Amino acid sequence: MNLSPQNWLRMQHYPHFLRKVLRQLGNKSQSRSSSTHKDGNPHICIVGSGPAGFYTAQQLLKGHPSLRVDIFERLPVPFGLVRYGVAPDHPEVKNVINTFTQTANNDRCSFLGNVQVGKDITVTELLKIYSAVVLAYGAAADKLLGIPGENLPNILPARTFVGWYNGLPEDKDLKVNLDTETAVIVGHGNVALDVARILLTPVDILAKTDISDYALEALRKSSLKRVVLVGRRGPLQVAFTIKELREMIKLPECRPVFHKEDFKDLEKIFPDLPRPRKRLTELMHKTCFGPTADDVKLWNEAKKEWELKFRLTPMEVLSSAGQLTGLRCAVNKLEGSNFENQKAVSTDEHIDLPCGLIFRSIGYRSLQIDPAIPFDKKQGVIPNEKGRVTGVPGLYCSGWVGRGPVGVILSTMTDGFDVGKVILKDLAEDHIPNLGRPGFQGAMKILEERGVKMVSFSDWKKIDEHEVQMGEKFGKPREKIADVQNMIKILTHEK
Amino acid sequence: MSRVSTLRVLIPKFALNFARYESTTVQFTSKKVVTCCVNRKFSSTSPKLKKETVTVYFVDFQGNKQTAKAKVGDSLLDVVVENEIDIDGFGACEGTLACSTCHLIFKKKDFDKLPEKPTDEELDMLDLAYGLKETSRLGCQIIVTKDMDGLEVEIPGGVADAREPS
Ligand SMILES: Cc1cc2nc3c(=O)[nH]c(=O)nc-3n(C[C@H](O)[C@H](O)[C@H](O)COP(=O)(O)OP(=O)(O)OC[C@H]3O[C@@H](n4cnc5c(N)ncnc54)[C@H](O)[C@@H]3O)c2cc1C
Ligand SMILES: NC(=O)c1ccc[n+]([C@@H]2O[C@H](COP(=O)([O-])OP(=O)(O)OC[C@H]3O[C@@H](n4cnc5c(N)ncnc54)[C@H](OP(=O)(O)O)[C@@H]3O)[C@@H](O)[C@H]2O)c1
Ligand code: FES
Repeated sequence: MNLSPQNWLRMQHYPHFLRKVLRQLGNKSQSRSSSTHKDGNPHICIVGSGPAGFYTAQQLLKGHPSLRVDIFERLPVPFGLVRYGVAPDHPEVKNVINTFTQTANNDRCSFLGNVQVGKDITVTELLKIYSAVVLAYGAAADKLLGIPGENLPNILPARTFVGWYNGLPEDKDLKVNLDTETAVIVGHGNVALDVARILLTPVDILAKTDISDYALEALRKSSLKRVVLVGRRGPLQVAFTIKELREMIKLPECRPVFHKEDFKDLEKIFPDLPRPRKRLTELMHKTCFGPTADDVKLWNEAKKEWELKFRLTPMEVLSSAGQLTGLRCAVNKLEGSNFENQKAVSTDEHIDLPCGLIFRSIGYRSLQIDPAIPFDKKQGVIPNEKGRVTGVPGLYCSGWVGRGPVGVILSTMTDGFDVGKVILKDLAEDHIPNLGRPGFQGAMKILEERGVKMVSFSDWKKIDEHEVQMGEKFGKPREKIADVQNMIKILTHEK
Repeated sequence: MSRVSTLRVLIPKFALNFARYESTTVQFTSKKVVTCCVNRKFSSTSPKLKKETVTVYFVDFQGNKQTAKAKVGDSLLDVVVENEIDIDGFGACEGTLACSTCHLIFKKKDFDKLPEKPTDEELDMLDLAYGLKETSRLGCQIIVTKDMDGLEVEIPGGVADAREPS
């Protein structure tokens, strides 16, 4: 049987047959050592090792018998927001790492950590070396409120606070003053709930997670009693999801403060809502009007609280002698008949929320990491059609950088698989070169010449082992090394 | 109570060939990774009891039917993994009720017969699933029983899977 890439792709329509062949071939059919200069295999480069990068790689490796994938990552360590975004008290979400590890262990896949694309090697260079380049570098910035006082100390992007408690090297030195009773979080998304939960969870619970040691120490000394979550629209437009809400409602030693006027009469429209929105709204309504006896008992004993506030748009950060004192918000009304698309329109009224700490949690934003990448600065995404980057043949994008910074790992996974399928199709139809690209060897040559200290997947395994060992001492699943130099040092010691 | 804690008791029998990573992640589930089953190894030391099996069918949105031998007492996630049923991304969180990638759709008559109703936690996760139906369940929460012989469940076409790339 002729196992040309084209035939291979056609066989995809017959999954049983395909699996049989796959099993015969096994994953070890081709090894890196046989990858001589300009062999006959497609070489694909993926920029970014988060879920988008790994799921795209998985689809590509599965769908082609000899294709090779190299995953470039800015940090020495893989997994993107699964390591540096997902909250430390949600370890079960991080199980996806096991699948990513299997992908990385495939002989046809290489991880090249500590390589910043756009700086250490350019996208133009990569496009010459590889058959195709997939940009899956996520969203490394965030949206601004654009209000006076936003640059004062102790008004922080939720993104950097998340990076701080998760041991992200660039955020480890964040200055956060928790010596205040009230914090305000702007935004009603899941990141806002993550931040609120980390601020309010009893520290002894957090101490058993992989939260960074310095964050744990700071939280131990925190004086916070109240976290206020401010949304610009109403209860029917919250962006957080029900699992995360339920967790907040059941948070030990903490009580939710919901205002009856926000939820009254909502029950009348329950039957018209789609199931997820209905269940979410019902849970908020029940928390407000019909909590269980157990809930009430828990809340009466609570020492801390979190509050949901609606229809408020931040206008100005209030301060006195350079110290943050509060947030002034315009009171909004909602316009539009369809509840999903209702718009917040500010009235002349405003209110002041006293607080000593503000987080802006209104969404992430992607960056243009290389001038060769077409970029929609307004939307903060790479313009693309089903993952094919507009105007640049051979260039693709996957995950948050192409779809915008929304969606759980499931949606990023679906996108990664889709983009993988699109590339396989383009390969099969000869829209991108299958042959004659040096791939890995070509990239190594450039990076070595430039003195870039690359970190391989087996290097990561050493870092991983070290972190796990350090964690064991403190009864934590791991203690993350939050300093790139220290990560590299471990590797040089090992050698 | 969610099924997760039950699983902890039910399935300690499987160990992983990449056990070193376990400390990164939650450990109490079947820990069998779906996507690359070829070189999966079990290193169980406890004697394997011979379990009763039934036949279960997984049907995708194009009507392709895959047949699986399902051990009574296993979850449908276990069944998918053990039988190497080809479903992209299935069981990403490994049965810890944190992903909804194990979404399956039952026929009404089978759905009604399932011995355990979904918990709030399962429904919460299902709310994020693509192509949610009244008779949707999460495969990792469904335990195979003797009377499931011949059961046919539908693998939902993800939003994306439903269309071919063009
Ligand atoms: C705080 C937070 C918590 C979350 N929690 C959950 C959760 O509990 N459950 C859930 O399902 N989803 C969660 N999500 C959503 C989930 O993390 C995203 O869907 C997913 O991570 C997006 O994947 P991505 O690969 O597009 O981006 P990322 O995960 O951000 O990966 C991008 C990768 O590219 C790398 N990179 C950036 N620039 C370069 C460069 N120049 N060169 C090379 N590499 C580069 C980055 O270092 C990173 O590793 C959370 C998101 C956030 C922000
Ligand atoms: N546990 C989890 O599963 C988990 C955890 C964290 C993150 N995630 C996922 O990661 C994605 C990103 O989360 P996210 O919280 O960053 O984003 P998000 O879900 O998009 O929420 C952003 C919030 O900010 C508000 N907002 C946006 N611009 C604003 C502005 N200019 N002024 C005031 N408010 C503004 C939005 O309100 P409007 O609706 O009015 O725009 C919304 O409430 C989401 O898909 C989320 O589900 C998942
Ligand atoms: S495997 Fe994740 S919810 Fe079932």
